[in-house]
Amino acid sequence: MPLSTSSNFAKPDDAFRAVVEAHRGLTDEQSADLDAALVLILANHIGDIEVLREAIALAKRRVLDSVQQQQQQQQQ
Amino acid sequence: MAQAKTQFGYRRHPDQDRLGADIAEHPVVIVGAGPVGLSLAIDLAQRGQKVVLLDDADRIGEGSRAICFSKRSLEFWDRLGVGDRMVDKGVVWSVGKIFHGASQLYQFNLLPEEGHKQPAFINLQQFYAEAYLVDRVAELPAIDLRWCNKVVGLESRNDAIALTMVTPDGPYKVHAGYIIACDGARSSLRRMVGAEFAGQVFEDQFLIADVKMTAEFPTERWFWFDPPFHAGRSALLHKQPDDIWRIDLQLSRDADPSVEKQPENVRPRIARMLGHDQFDFEWISLYKFQCRRMDRFVHGRVIFAGDSAHQVSPFGARGANSGLEDAENLSWKLDRVLRRQSPASLLESYHIERSAAADENIRESTRSTDFMAPSTPQEARLRQAVLSLAKETEFGKHMVNGGRLSVPSTYDSPLSTADCDAWGGGPRPGASMLDAPLALRDGQARFLTDAFISVGTDFTLLGFAPDEEPEAVSAIRIGGEYGYLDPQGLATSRYDAEPGTTYLLRPDGYVAARFKHPTHAQLDAALERAAGFS
Repeated sequence: MPLSTSSNFAKPDDAFRAVVEAHRGLTDEQSADLDAALVLILANHIGDIEVLREAIALAKRRVLDSVQQQQQQQQQ
Repeated sequence: MAQAKTQFGYRRHPDQDRLGADIAEHPVVIVGAGPVGLSLAIDLAQRGQKVVLLDDADRIGEGSRAICFSKRSLEFWDRLGVGDRMVDKGVVWSVGKIFHGASQLYQFNLLPEEGHKQPAFINLQQFYAEAYLVDRVAELPAIDLRWCNKVVGLESRNDAIALTMVTPDGPYKVHAGYIIACDGARSSLRRMVGAEFAGQVFEDQFLIADVKMTAEFPTERWFWFDPPFHAGRSALLHKQPDDIWRIDLQLSRDADPSVEKQPENVRPRIARMLGHDQFDFEWISLYKFQCRRMDRFVHGRVIFAGDSAHQVSPFGARGANSGLEDAENLSWKLDRVLRRQSPASLLESYHIERSAAADENIRESTRSTDFMAPSTPQEARLRQAVLSLAKETEFGKHMVNGGRLSVPSTYDSPLSTADCDAWGGGPRPGASMLDAPLALRDGQARFLTDAFISVGTDFTLLGFAPDEEPEAVSAIRIGGEYGYLDPQGLATSRYDAEPGTTYLLRPDGYVAARFKHPTHAQLDAALERAAGFS
């Protein structure tokens, strides 16, 4: 089964909000710890290494894209 | 400190007086009389080959070095006639425990089922293993073991290799059909063929100490992350024979080896771990781990096996055990090539199978080492998340990596015949055979691995109430009118067998092919392929 990128939550705002609120009041360090645990818990729940790899690739494109954009802005 | 356990005399050999056109010729010369070279020599000799075995020293080395020998290695050694002696002396174990801080995270059992002749693991000092192998060599006149013979030159000729050795009496030459380099991680033969040894060096340093003490700890492998006695780092405790305990402590990257390995500096660390200082040091070593391998294990007539070909970190017991798997993989192939029963290209399958196994071992041991010594803050954070999740979740326990212990690789091999039947279990082609308890018709117990040894460890058909078999191959029959009994049904279930099921085993005990109801033509084709004709 490939990575699902269609909208899966009946109320997407609730899901986004739940994650945001989990980080409320945390230091950056604590937030990073929370994210690390959350990623591992969700990855295990998915339990499909190919889906996990696709998700990592999709997420990683954001990081690489933003690096590229910064470089382009500096050149302009 | 431990001394060399066994000293051997150098003896001048008549080959040393032969010059020019009279230079001695040998079909096989093995360089390096460690566990791999000794085991390979014994296996080849048992298959009827004459072997010259050279070692540059005149003694078995100090220190415990390798201590964990796997079930697969013990099955191999059993075929070589030294299995019982190793197991009798060794400390048998199958349970490992992982601790985080002061509390236990989980435990694992590497052989949770009955019905196997060999245990999951034994711990045995490498010098004992080598001494028992040397004793076995002495029983085999086909092996010519020459101590204090250091190879200093290697020169390719048309159909042989000219080797130059230095001895206490000066240099001499022999010609060899094949040279097997079992001369360790710092292999001089590897340098002589000009091969690279590329890979990764880990910056973290580890202190390994063998201490002598009487203690009541169980015979289990105990591994700690961040223990109270060694804050922020990892530690390992493991029992060996003679009241010797292996202790492994992770140190910082910038620790000074010359300072850290002084007994007066090691003693307080270990006293904190044990809670007392009633122990003596047998051996202390400090080192960084490397994971690397040769690009090709076969260089024409020079073939590399063991640490000379691949090197791993020790967490997982994948060093000596994978070297022994190299030896059992190479031996029967070289024997067939020397007898001209198989084409020389059969040796290429040694490279294919064992370099893939080396990759697997390097991957596993690199993952363990990375988990123990995270190299970035984010890696450390993810590891911390796993350790804390392991306290309350099953998946977290399984992600904690305190070493994944050696199991035989399953080969994706040109010698294997792909399954054409549907299987619900059993070892697939490329996997090693599984042991099972059998009985003779009078009720006497035998293991399947015993049956394999008794038919001669050649190509063997393992048949479950088979209809008929080709006569050219030795056979183990289970069930039927004349076969072994399977009193507990374990052989049948482990091999997913029904009447007619037949496995073709290679001489190293790996599965080459399997069929539910084979025809003669299918078995003949599988045998041809497994023998390297394809």
